[in-house]
Amino acid sequence: MASTVAPAEVEVDQPRDASDFELDRPWIVIVWNDPINLMSYVTLVFQKLFGYSKEKATQLMLQVHNEGKAVVSSGTREKAEHDVSRLHAHGLWATMRQD
Amino acid sequence: MEPRRIEPAGNGVVRLRLPREEQALLLGLTAELRAGLDSAPDDPSLRRLFPSAYDDEQDERAYRELMSDSLLDGRREALDVLTETVGSDLLSASEADSWLRALNDLRLALGTRLDVQEDSLLDQLDPNDPESSGLAVYAYLSWLQEQLVEALSAQN
Repeated sequence: MASTVAPAEVEVDQPRDASDFELDRPWIVIVWNDPINLMSYVTLVFQKLFGYSKEKATQLMLQVHNEGKAVVSSGTREKAEHDVSRLHAHGLWATMRQD
Repeated sequence: MEPRRIEPAGNGVVRLRLPREEQALLLGLTAELRAGLDSAPDDPSLRRLFPSAYDDEQDERAYRELMSDSLLDGRREALDVLTETVGSDLLSASEADSWLRALNDLRLALGTRLDVQEDSLLDQLDPNDPESSGLAVYAYLSWLQEQLVEALSAQN
């Protein structure tokens, strides 16, 4: 369900060389399924941290629950790290990687 | 059917009605987790409270150096708010938010220790199971947290 993910905040300038391109690739934040966090809690956390509508937050939560993981946000490395730390503060199993 | 302990009171505020014995239970669990965070935050039972952000070891070490103090402090503060307000009739929006995270941390720690699975049947506990009392506490925390989530979701 990649279409549910907010567009990455990256410059669309033509890369000048490979390293520029490397730097521009967005980072994605992934939330993984775990047996403890309540479904309703995960939905509420997505709404609270990312300002998602109840529908979008529920859709992402169900993707985590049914498929084992979902991409919940993306952007610069700094933004992704900030989002991961806020998810960790709420006890969610979140990781990040460059897309 | 037990009466609800937590209900919405508008603007993120929630009404709290906890019998004394439940207050005592929460105070005990909170003190235990608080002590664990102070003395042994690396204990395996607390691993779900501190997941890795990166696969890469070096990136992960840098993330921990940057974040672990503030993540630990945030958890302590939330547990302290729960301890201070366990007998309150009303929780402010900020206190309710601390409760949300504190109750979840209590469930994460206890659920990890009990090795709770997604399909654990908490409504069919076997009293002869040595872990049944722990599972009953876990089920209670889940019941309470569900009410808090409902109360806060109703106001979104």
